[in-house]
Amino acid sequence: MKRNSKIWWGLALAVVSMVLFSCAKKEDVVILGEFGSLTGGTATFGKSTQRGIEMALEEVNKAGGIQGKPVRIVVEDDQSKPEEAATAVKKLVNQDKVLMVLGEVASSRSLAGAPICQEAKVPMITPSSTNPKVTQVGDYIFRVCFLDPFQGEVMAKFARNTLKTSKAAILKDIKNDYSVGLAQFFTETFKNLGGAVIAEESYSEGDIEFRAQLTSLKAKKPDVIFIPGYYTEVGLIARQARDLGITIPLIGGDGWDSPRLIEIGGKALENTYYSNHYTPDDPRPEVQKFLADFKAKYNEIPDAMAPLGYDAARIAFDAIKRSGILDEKNIKDAYRQNTQAKSLMEAINTPGNRERIRDALAQTKDFPGVTGLITIDENRNAKKAAVVLKIEDGKLKYVETISP
Amino acid sequence: MSEFLQQLINGIAWGSIYALIALGYTMVYGVLRLINFAHGDVYMVGAFAGFYAVKWLGLAQEPTIFGAVAVFLLSMGCCGILGFVIERGAYKPLRKAPRLTALITAIGVSLFLENAGQLIFGADPKFFPQIIAKKDVISSGGIILTNQQVIVLGVSLLLMVSLQLFVLKTKTGKAMRAVSFNREAASLMGISVDRIISITFVLGSALAGAAAILVGLTNPKIEPLMGIMPGIKAFVAAVLGGIGNIPGAMLGGMIMGIAEVMVVGYLSSTYRDAIAFAILILILLFKPSGLLGGFTGEKA
Amino acid sequence: MQFKKIIFIILVLGFLLLVNYYVPRRMNPYLFQILILIGINIILAVSLNLINGFTGQFSIGHAGFMAIGGYTSAFFTFYFGRNLVPSLTSILLFPWLAKSVIFVSALILGGTLAALAGLIVGIPSLRLKGDYLAIATLGFGEIIRVLILNIDAVGGARGFADIPGYTNLFWVLFFMLLTVVVIRNLINSTHGRAFLSVREDEVAAEAMGINTTYYKVYAFVIGAFFAGIAGGLFGHYLMYLHTNSFTFMRSIEIIIMVVLGGMGSITGSILAAIIFTILPEFLRVVKDYRMVIYSLILIILMLTRPQGIFGLKEFSLLTIRNIFVRKEQVAK
Repeated sequence: MKRNSKIWWGLALAVVSMVLFSCAKKEDVVILGEFGSLTGGTATFGKSTQRGIEMALEEVNKAGGIQGKPVRIVVEDDQSKPEEAATAVKKLVNQDKVLMVLGEVASSRSLAGAPICQEAKVPMITPSSTNPKVTQVGDYIFRVCFLDPFQGEVMAKFARNTLKTSKAAILKDIKNDYSVGLAQFFTETFKNLGGAVIAEESYSEGDIEFRAQLTSLKAKKPDVIFIPGYYTEVGLIARQARDLGITIPLIGGDGWDSPRLIEIGGKALENTYYSNHYTPDDPRPEVQKFLADFKAKYNEIPDAMAPLGYDAARIAFDAIKRSGILDEKNIKDAYRQNTQAKSLMEAINTPGNRERIRDALAQTKDFPGVTGLITIDENRNAKKAAVVLKIEDGKLKYVETISP
Repeated sequence: MSEFLQQLINGIAWGSIYALIALGYTMVYGVLRLINFAHGDVYMVGAFAGFYAVKWLGLAQEPTIFGAVAVFLLSMGCCGILGFVIERGAYKPLRKAPRLTALITAIGVSLFLENAGQLIFGADPKFFPQIIAKKDVISSGGIILTNQQVIVLGVSLLLMVSLQLFVLKTKTGKAMRAVSFNREAASLMGISVDRIISITFVLGSALAGAAAILVGLTNPKIEPLMGIMPGIKAFVAAVLGGIGNIPGAMLGGMIMGIAEVMVVGYLSSTYRDAIAFAILILILLFKPSGLLGGFTGEKA
Repeated sequence: MQFKKIIFIILVLGFLLLVNYYVPRRMNPYLFQILILIGINIILAVSLNLINGFTGQFSIGHAGFMAIGGYTSAFFTFYFGRNLVPSLTSILLFPWLAKSVIFVSALILGGTLAALAGLIVGIPSLRLKGDYLAIATLGFGEIIRVLILNIDAVGGARGFADIPGYTNLFWVLFFMLLTVVVIRNLINSTHGRAFLSVREDEVAAEAMGINTTYYKVYAFVIGAFFAGIAGGLFGHYLMYLHTNSFTFMRSIEIIIMVVLGGMGSITGSILAAIIFTILPEFLRVVKDYRMVIYSLILIILMLTRPQGIFGLKEFSLLTIRNIFVRKEQVAK
């Protein structure tokens, strides 16, 4: 019993010290929030996004912050669960009182967090939630990625017009709204273009065995297989498809984009294509600088999530700057109106200022992001072109650009 | 017809993987009556041990038989040690506590390994190098069978038979059965119960390591959460076969594997997990203690 | 006595309304959300305790019942309830009253469907014991999840969005108290002794003339009903449901609360539900190490308190009675 009580005291002490530790003192910084899946089933996407955001943050602070004010981003983990995402956003908005929120990768978790941001009138930018519903939550919710309908359409056009295939098969991830959405819009467009989707099979994220689905698909003799999944599974799918003697082209969306895909898929990825936001050989300075910086910082080639996180964060910084809320005069006014304010954030984080940021975000036009020239349309979605890449000898080759 | 044969091959190959993981579950359960929730995560650690062993031995470029065996043994060894540590640290202090208590600790260990794995190894998936070069054994008439699939099936059968022989024929095996039957009586007969339980744990965990390497051959992708689903499914397979029963684990694994593949092939890939679990529940309703299960009157 | 009881109930309800009025206005919404989640987790833990703790039936399917309740009630309010509000208001005069009527009927509908599922799952428990039952319930939970994932009317993989946000502190506390009182009274009744006897020794219980199958199914039905209610509260609070919230890990989390609180201790379940809802939030300060430390704390707690926080049920029941008695005195 004695030993037990000691441990209890230890625990209590640890908790108390954590509480004290969490009450850090206030500085004159601009605080944004980020929620993402840093642990749990889709941690790899959340971490990758965070790397991109972190890079953008370092860059802006190295350049002296936004109009001379350093930026801090409070990062909260949601364990890849929707209800945790809601809690994390509640914390960011109410406890940390952030000016804007960045996140999430998965549409399901963005949908859990978005209503909270909307209600509190805190602008939110999701880097990579592709489901149309997300930005329909309200006028404070934005995104910088493609929508499911667009990407499904791009690959259907590519399969029908460029590859000249007429019989397509689909292998989708049933637990993933991104995958289900892409499959749906691919089917619609492909049919409208005179093709036929002759077979559809599904798997669940985390699976490692796909031979049963592939054997079924093979028996139906399609010309092309559309696999709107993530690289975590697609590498293995390609490998097992080739093992089973399936030699037809495999095509997919931006979920494929990762060095891990090529590492896992290896030679099996010959004759495969996917749509993406940019090509690594794009000469635009934004792209080349990002790739070089990322390589220098993490010694890796980024996947699709990292540049989207990077762009989301940069658009956020840009909007804050354009909104003019950090203009000298505006800050002075803010302090005058709120004489109680002890820090910059307390003074400027008002509904009016957040509305100005929202308006600035909505007016984003031709922002030179890594993932393309980004224009926010009237539905708060990013409008940008997609490129189709081919994998050849373990390298990415540009095939064509498809505009919205 | 060729499609059906191919699906059957897929099912047997996939089932042998479930069987391999289920063997470890069933060993531990048979002796300790504990659902070792961390088993799937020991399997994950085994895969990463193999991954780093391959790098360390420089086998990624030129696979050799000797190297493959070395990786296999190294991974088994790592898992064995990990199993020993887990048993001594987290389960042994709770031997007299209610069974559910130990189960929660097992869950704690499982969560710990998963989250520590994400921190140490990184959350992104990695490619498990091919330590045995792939060759097609059969590739005619639309049917393809690779040497790797044959190896997986062969090794799992071999492990099952040798395990069964070990339990039935050796003195330690006899002691295991005695501990499983009645722990108090066994200790009165001069059997060191703690030692036997440790041996069981080490063996069961080493089997997880073996499974990890073999899965790496046919499904070469590893990540820190890779143990969760196979762990659950293999546990289901062990229960299906009659938990605590070694041939039962093999049978249960095969049924799970073939059932999943056939459901995908001929019914619906969307409802795969639902149908697989429904089959399981149906079998349990007719055989409440599993297909080959001998344990009755067990208390929760 | 009867009169006193009614007065007491009215006082409690009045107190809840007062709390419901003041707390959301004074409290940081983040902490308020944690408070709501604590309430929901208490309902889940106490209701699972009836199945796992008091009746000794090892169930890992509680998240499945929760999912059924959540999705059913959300389906009801989303497709029918919202449209009924105006017409109901014209009868009941107050919009809040109309909403409450719709919400409570949605919750009860969800709870009833979950209870029905509990009946269906409870029946195998006539034949299955221990870990075999555990696996059957786990399978049930997974089947539910796959089925929901394929129903497009409730969003499928996209999740069920735009659920009306009817849940407030009053309803959470009300159903939390209801769960605790109903299960406490059940345990203290003759039925309660029967539940315990099934846990302690099924054969002996049967020999004493107790219909063990009846009590097992009974426990499943009651437990599932309240889990369904909890699911409904959960969905109408988040205003969004996704099957990822109802994986078997969710069931495991509830089991952790039950075991850590002490099998067969209602107060233990309550305390553990509070601890395990707050703990992950506390651990946010350690960032990346959060879940690692969480799992370590879980192991250490289990090693130091193998019987749970309140292992002895007599102790806990006494405490509960004391709390109630004291409240009553204060109320007078």
